[in-house]
Amino acid sequence: MADNIMVIDARGSFCPGPLMELIRAIKSAEIGQVIAVLSNDSGSKKDIPLWAGKAGQEFIGVEAHGEYDEITVRKVR
Amino acid sequence: MKRLVIVGAGTGGLMVANFVARDLSREIAHGEISVTLLGDKDEYIYQPGFLYVAFDLMRPAQLIRPIRELLAPGIEFVHDRAVRIDPEGKVVERAGGEALRYDYLVLATGSGLNLQEVPGLSEGAHWFYTLEGALQLRDELRRFAGGRVVLTVGVPHKCPVAPLEFTMMFDEWARVRGIREQTELVYTYPLGRAHSIPSVAEWAQPELEHRGVRVETFFNMESVEPDQKVVHSLEGTDIAYDLLVAIPPHRGDELGALSGLAEAGNWYPTDRNRLNLNGRDDVFVLGDATNLPISKAGSVAHFEAEVLADNLVGLLAEGSPPAYLYSGRAFCFIETGLERATFISFDYLNPPKVPQPTNAVHWFKQTYNRIHWANLKAVM
Repeated sequence: MADNIMVIDARGSFCPGPLMELIRAIKSAEIGQVIAVLSNDSGSKKDIPLWAGKAGQEFIGVEAHGEYDEITVRKVR
Repeated sequence: MKRLVIVGAGTGGLMVANFVARDLSREIAHGEISVTLLGDKDEYIYQPGFLYVAFDLMRPAQLIRPIRELLAPGIEFVHDRAVRIDPEGKVVERAGGEALRYDYLVLATGSGLNLQEVPGLSEGAHWFYTLEGALQLRDELRRFAGGRVVLTVGVPHKCPVAPLEFTMMFDEWARVRGIREQTELVYTYPLGRAHSIPSVAEWAQPELEHRGVRVETFFNMESVEPDQKVVHSLEGTDIAYDLLVAIPPHRGDELGALSGLAEAGNWYPTDRNRLNLNGRDDVFVLGDATNLPISKAGSVAHFEAEVLADNLVGLLAEGSPPAYLYSGRAFCFIETGLERATFISFDYLNPPKVPQPTNAVHWFKQTYNRIHWANLKAVM
């Protein structure tokens, strides 16, 4: 299962930013795809779940890795 | 002889070719090194000018020059389209002639509009991301006498400050023409704030409110109904419009997909500091064509070109491994109306701050629009 996770390394991404990178990836992914965003922007762990809720996507969780967070979402629609 | 082949004659490709050819002019003249630039168009178009064309502030002729006039001596320009890259055989196959062999390859194939991704977009919207689109929008604006103008933003897109620039310029343009009171201006954005960069969003929100612009966040356009004049978001919001101005979603050139080298969206997986195609030390990528989480903008291509050219000069002349690293550097002017502008400057480690807009920065940008050619030629 871990092999199927798409990882987006958005560390250091001020523009377009981690959430925009996630939206870009989710648009071209298959339904069911799990996407993990690596972000050192502290706002991402708030922005990403909020957007996932608005857009009807499944927010799976946040894992802290010291200097960055890994935020995971599943494409469901 | 060592051969450098560059695919794509936009900002990134031209700058790399010119930097390398100027540094290695002696070796090129002696036949020790060759620099070949492959481009499917024989004219270069300065894309940041499209915004001004839409508002009748620049003419198309000011944005276009023949590529052959922009090349340093010693560069061979091949006007043709690359159709496949064979990284094992180290050749670039092209549509109209013999394949080009390389020792080092640079992919600077840019990005283009992906209008098909949003049903109804090409029929229902205007945009200023192609010259043809900018001219059609210009004609529409010449006729515009008021109504609801909606700005929508696709993902990913190039020049991430352009949505703000268009909105702020439109506001002042409508005031000057005396039609602002008859015009409702709606700025939508895909995220939960007015721009992806938090400091820019913080600055832009009150600027937009002050101008009487309605801001609608979490709006990712999903489809457009041209007959009903309504745009729908994937978050479930519908907005009716009289004039829809879209920043269309973009995708990379199909060459990457045809060669089996690109990921979804036709972006090349690229090392964020060395700019090599992941897994290859003889193929490099720059500009919009990369999958890097940075702005797709001319300034990014420029700063990447400087790093890449320095590394290529070392590789071609001495075989020395790449020593220069790209820091994620970007610089963007932001027009905040017809008379003032500001700018942001940032890299992977340092987020931008937005200085107070001034008339001087606006004129600096106007000047840059007219001297960009010197930058392309790598003489600035």
